[in-house]
Amino acid sequence: MKPPSFRYFAARSADEAVGLLAEHGAGARVLAGGQSLVQEMNARRVAPEVLVDVNPAAELAFVRQENGTLSIGALTRTSQVESDATLDGSLTGLREAAARVGHVAVRNRGTVGGNLAHADPAANLPPVMLALDAEVVARGSGGDRSISAANFFLGPHRTALAPAELLTEVRLPLPPEGAGSAFIEVSRRDRGWGIAGAAAVVALDREGGISDARIGLSGVGPTAVRARPAEEVVIGERPSAELWKAAAGAAAAALDAPPSDVHASGRYRRHLAGVLVARALAAAADRAERRN
Amino acid sequence: MHQEDIVIVTLKVNGVERPLAVEPRRLLCDALREDLGLTGTNLGCEQGVCGSCTVLVDGESVRSCLMFAVQAGGCEITTVEGLASGETLHPLQAAFWEKQALQCGFCTPGFLMAGVELLRRNPEPDEAGVRAALAGNTCRCTGYEHIVDAVLAAADGAARERTFAEEPEVDVAAEVVAREGR
Ligand code: FES
Ligand code: FES
Repeated sequence: MKPPSFRYFAARSADEAVGLLAEHGAGARVLAGGQSLVQEMNARRVAPEVLVDVNPAAELAFVRQENGTLSIGALTRTSQVESDATLDGSLTGLREAAARVGHVAVRNRGTVGGNLAHADPAANLPPVMLALDAEVVARGSGGDRSISAANFFLGPHRTALAPAELLTEVRLPLPPEGAGSAFIEVSRRDRGWGIAGAAAVVALDREGGISDARIGLSGVGPTAVRARPAEEVVIGERPSAELWKAAAGAAAAALDAPPSDVHASGRYRRHLAGVLVARALAAAADRAERRN
Repeated sequence: MHQEDIVIVTLKVNGVERPLAVEPRRLLCDALREDLGLTGTNLGCEQGVCGSCTVLVDGESVRSCLMFAVQAGGCEITTVEGLASGETLHPLQAAFWEKQALQCGFCTPGFLMAGVELLRRNPEPDEAGVRAALAGNTCRCTGYEHIVDAVLAAADGAARERTFAEEPEVDVAAEVVAREGR
């Protein structure tokens, strides 16, 4: 179908976008990559009165590492993260997750900010941001505030962003020297919509023990979630297949009623969450070992 | 619709600047097809799933059903019409021909544009790389094997140059007369 009509405003800067959002109120939506919003408009599931197009706001597209912090501008295309070799090392998992956001043409347009703000429970970047302890920067007419990823996702397609706020960037502390990360998902068809996914960051101490581990899961609840029980199982232990198995069991047992839909039953999702946690931990730990 | 809802935008399509007056909701694919008459770009799903509407915007593949024409002002847009030069097919088009990588042809423009982008980024892809790059395009006829073969052949430079002009003119009536003696 064709999208319903709307009024269009091009914002050349983040401040201009925030001003336009404030001016046009609740009927206004931010247009970034458009890979979900325009699809929903074409299907007539949403009909915003006003679109504030942030694509001209080039200041919002950047990937920066400074003072131990990685900052990614909201307008950074998923394909840019996918191909950014400076993220290799401890952030390989972020690149892996970006490389699996839909297909090439979707990644060329879709943005990091859009992937987070759309807050789809099965999206790839939210669990990575949880595992990396990221914070999201939201700009409103009163200035910037930062929201931890843990407090950002409130439900399917619901976030802590106020209607007139713009997600401008995501920041995360670089994992410690010698940490490894991984993202693994399962979908019915390769690179199709993920049934569930797991992101893991593992840091090893000098003796090869796990000094820190963080795990995020997608597709197993109304939002991406941290798998804290599985983290507790592995921290302080040495990497081993048995340990990953124990973590898998803890992660699966702790889930609160994973959803059933046409793609998979809740029971299968619970099983899958365990399998993915084990695989993501193993891959992240293996990468950490290679780096130490 | 009010007059102020019409936006003037200049699309640069296959190297030619084309000024347009469109509603903001005009999808890029519809501007190309309806307003500019470039019907090579096909629409399957109109919701970003099938890849048949794939065009290049500033050299990168995008789904033209998920972009508004007003967003493409100042961009270089390449559609399937921009691939051949005169009568000479683009090497990837020639490879599709050689390998019989199309049946109904509906998906072909999208596959060509995705393939062109792949070969620009990676002139020597392996089969897995080709399959990953084409995974966003759906074909209901071919079963994909010949499409993958064609992209690999184009990468090898294996497909011979081919022009429309090379094809002999076929006089159908004369053939029928010769065959049936009428
Ligand atoms: S018509 Fe655009 S992706 Fe199907
Ligand atoms: S050739 Fe018919 S859909 Fe691909």
